[in-house]
Amino acid sequence: MMLFETRLLKKLKKHPLAIIGIVILCFFYLIMIFAEFIAPYDFDNGKRDYSYAPPTKIHFFHENKFTFPPVIYPYSYTFNQYAERIYLEDISKPYKLSIFTKGDRVKLFGIIPINRHLFGVKGNPDNCRLYLLGSDAVGRDLFSRIVYGSRVSLTIGFLGVAITFLLGFLVGGISGYYGGKIDSVLMRFAECFMLVPSFFLLLALRSAFPPKLSSIQVYFLIIIILSFIEWAGFARIIRGMSLTITKQDFVKAAKSIGASDLRIIILHILPQTLSYAIVAATLSIPHYILGESALSLIGLGIQEPQASWGNLLSVAMNVSDIQYHPWILIPGIFIFLTVMAFNFLGDALRDAADPNK
Amino acid sequence: MRDDLIRRTLLLVPQLLIVTFITFLFINLAPGDILAKYRFDPRISQESIKKLEQKYHFDKPAIVQYGYWLIRLCHFDLGYSFSREADVTTVISERIGNTLLMSSFAILFTWLIALPLGIFAAVKQYSWGDRILSLISYFGMSLPGFFLALLLMFFIYSFSNIPFLGAIPIGGMVSPNHDQLSLIGKICDYALHLILPVLVLTATALAGLQRITRGNMLEELRKQYIVTARAKGLPENQVIYKHALKNAINPLITLFGFSLSELLSGAALLEIIINWPGLGSLMLEAVRSQDTFLVMGIMLMGGIMLIIGNLIADLLLVIVDPRVRS
Repeated sequence: MMLFETRLLKKLKKHPLAIIGIVILCFFYLIMIFAEFIAPYDFDNGKRDYSYAPPTKIHFFHENKFTFPPVIYPYSYTFNQYAERIYLEDISKPYKLSIFTKGDRVKLFGIIPINRHLFGVKGNPDNCRLYLLGSDAVGRDLFSRIVYGSRVSLTIGFLGVAITFLLGFLVGGISGYYGGKIDSVLMRFAECFMLVPSFFLLLALRSAFPPKLSSIQVYFLIIIILSFIEWAGFARIIRGMSLTITKQDFVKAAKSIGASDLRIIILHILPQTLSYAIVAATLSIPHYILGESALSLIGLGIQEPQASWGNLLSVAMNVSDIQYHPWILIPGIFIFLTVMAFNFLGDALRDAADPNK
Repeated sequence: MRDDLIRRTLLLVPQLLIVTFITFLFINLAPGDILAKYRFDPRISQESIKKLEQKYHFDKPAIVQYGYWLIRLCHFDLGYSFSREADVTTVISERIGNTLLMSSFAILFTWLIALPLGIFAAVKQYSWGDRILSLISYFGMSLPGFFLALLLMFFIYSFSNIPFLGAIPIGGMVSPNHDQLSLIGKICDYALHLILPVLVLTATALAGLQRITRGNMLEELRKQYIVTARAKGLPENQVIYKHALKNAINPLITLFGFSLSELLSGAALLEIIINWPGLGSLMLEAVRSQDTFLVMGIMLMGGIMLIIGNLIADLLLVIVDPRVRS
């Protein structure tokens, strides 16, 4: 195992894209872990006066003089002929930005109460807010919501993969080990789930539960439904591998000393499939992220006021909204980057785990 | 060979029924009943509700209801859609053509573009063209279809003052004045509305297929018979198109069957985003209104479309690969 890891690291270094992937993921997961501290505002802290305010410009020059820390100006608005708000900066009132600012009272990791945030406007004035990536319909900071939303989008993949693997290992391992009738029954059953387009199955399974559930319920529901759809493909591959491993001598040896079937499957066969499983896990995490995003996008996933990258993007389904407030597309960029990072990493891992290369 | 195909396809039928059974059980787990809408409608008498209940056996346990559903299925009756107030078969047949229209154009364009690009990248491996294509397909494989659709909608909308871009519609399948158009006008109207969805579906599927074509081609080009062909002085064109390509394309056809599920899933989500009146958007409606029979019907159709797609892939393989015929 140790040898495998060092070889893996060596090979990973040869893939510049994998390094990019790892850097992006580390960055995103770090932000996710310290979400409450990094987001300048609480996820549900909105001010309707600043509905759809564009991203705040950060100025290093105030009245032609270099200032540090940089300043931002409060927004005031007028209406254009289509009754759309036009935001203007009021340059007479500069507000200084600072780090470790006092702001909203939140609970770090949901337990430790803090009121300092990584950065923000000094004094946390209510009439001058920092909207790094603009604001949404009720004037909540989009950046803060993206940071909080990463809690859903970045964890759903790991939990989903965990359940999928448990099922896949179990069914695939048993199927390949016993072979014969058990194998064909289990595999025919698994194939059923691959027989209808997965999005239809996703919607149909979702329909079994009331449309309006609390966000935490929906979160676990989505994980279960997605694992339910994904496990079959994984089980089939594990079955194929365990079929060949079962024929090897060490399995016969284990049998002859009286090891139980379960022990052989878990301790001798499944560990052999592990390097493949790691690759498959990395490459399948995007499926869960995209599945959650798709469901939340069409309003069947995470519900307001909680944020996920998918439901943040759902406002963008209204075309005229995108035109006037293009920054509402930004959560999509985060989805894209995360999926890409996992793909880069998975690709490199696949190459590294391939003994032929 | 023919018997083998028939046997394999028939084997899929019980599996498809198992999926519908699981779906049925799940929907029946859901709280609320489909007749709720009718029960609160003062125009509908208690007797007619009783009649509906009896006709569709809603008073019986789920498993019995499923049995009746199967019996009706044998008569090609998929039941009644309570949300759309029409037979499920009618509702689905109105929509399925639209989904097929969009998906088949997407398949056509994906293959027309991906194959040449894949061949090019393999023949000119490590050239600048290959590198740029690799980079683009790396990004393309990670770009979610729904996000691409939203980006394109934004793009078309913000540049709507440019003559051609402005003519591209960003939602629906027909213009409001569609009925007044001449036949040619109608066809053009459909074509314009197809641009956005076909572009999105093609772009998302393109990258993967291009990569796989490239990989397969490279593998074939490394084989000894290619060396032989070159050694005996065959022109490079013949080596590539007559020998290597023919062998490289076989695994792609098998892949076509697998990729169909992804395509239909992507198409379904896209339909919802751009208001395309297809099966995907119908499914969402059905799910939202807990219209059991409609959900079951669409699941069944989705499964049948996949089976037919796989069958077509198998048949194509028979045509292309003489080894399969024996």
